[in-house]
Amino acid sequence: MQKARVFVMPKKSVLDPQGATVKHALNALSYGNVNNVRVGKPIEISLDEKNGSTLEELQEMCDQLLVNPNIEEYTIEVIKK
Amino acid sequence: MKYGVIVFPGSNCDHDCFWVTGNVIKQDVKFIWHKEKNVNDVDCIILPGGFSYGDYLRTGAIARFSPVMESVIKHAEKGKLVLGICNGFQILTECGLLPGTLMRNRDLRFICKDVYLSVENNSTRFTNCAQEGQILSIPIAHGEGNYYANAQELTKLKENNQIIFRYCDREGKINSYSNPNGSLENIAGIVNKNGNVLGMMPHPERCCENMMSSMDGIVIFDSIINSLN
Repeated sequence: MQKARVFVMPKKSVLDPQGATVKHALNALSYGNVNNVRVGKPIEISLDEKNGSTLEELQEMCDQLLVNPNIEEYTIEVIKK
Repeated sequence: MKYGVIVFPGSNCDHDCFWVTGNVIKQDVKFIWHKEKNVNDVDCIILPGGFSYGDYLRTGAIARFSPVMESVIKHAEKGKLVLGICNGFQILTECGLLPGTLMRNRDLRFICKDVYLSVENNSTRFTNCAQEGQILSIPIAHGEGNYYANAQELTKLKENNQIIFRYCDREGKINSYSNPNGSLENIAGIVNKNGNVLGMMPHPERCCENMMSSMDGIVIFDSIINSLN
């Protein structure tokens, strides 16, 4: 494994004022079909080529630092060379 | 008594806290650099406001792994006092000493203004010099002060009287108009279950002298001294 992308998103149960504002802006631009927008953040992690990380380790990184489980959820995308 | 003000890279209210505790209420105080590990000689630790680590990733998310935090957590576990103001409150929620999270303000803007707070519980070590229901005028200055806790955590906070300050108006009304940042139930400050760790978004250290817009902040520092005597 050479690279991983972590996508951090606000939990559905938590109000996302940024997403709501973007949704209003899209509606105002006449995209009336946009029902909901949520704004998160991608985190790209490059790993040592010889000594990569397992999925479990990436999950640990998320749980320990990258994600606040109170308000955020995440998905991990592993990019193999 | 002795205060210790922790200094993280990016703290910017550390000198105000030092000034108030040292020069206004005239107690012993020292700065504690975030790489230090020994905090044994202080009675009350202050985690000051600012932008520790540039607020990168999330507010407080990186500061909580600073070397000093392990000692801060031990200090709190011994029942000794910890006061987190603004960024300090954010760090306390990130490290798990306090429940909940400080999210982006409801209107997505940084807010810097005087607000009114209602003292919801005056039997704590941080508010024993206040009257019950007293209204304090204390400034806020934050972009991420929108307090959130899940339903279970909120119930516990209420059951244990851990909600200490709520945003209100001049008359003490607590509603959405007097809520500057969208905080759940206007929550501005909470303590842990044991009552020895307080986190609050408003800045009491900015209003302790005559020349300031208010002197209401001093009630918190006086209460701390009172609780140790």
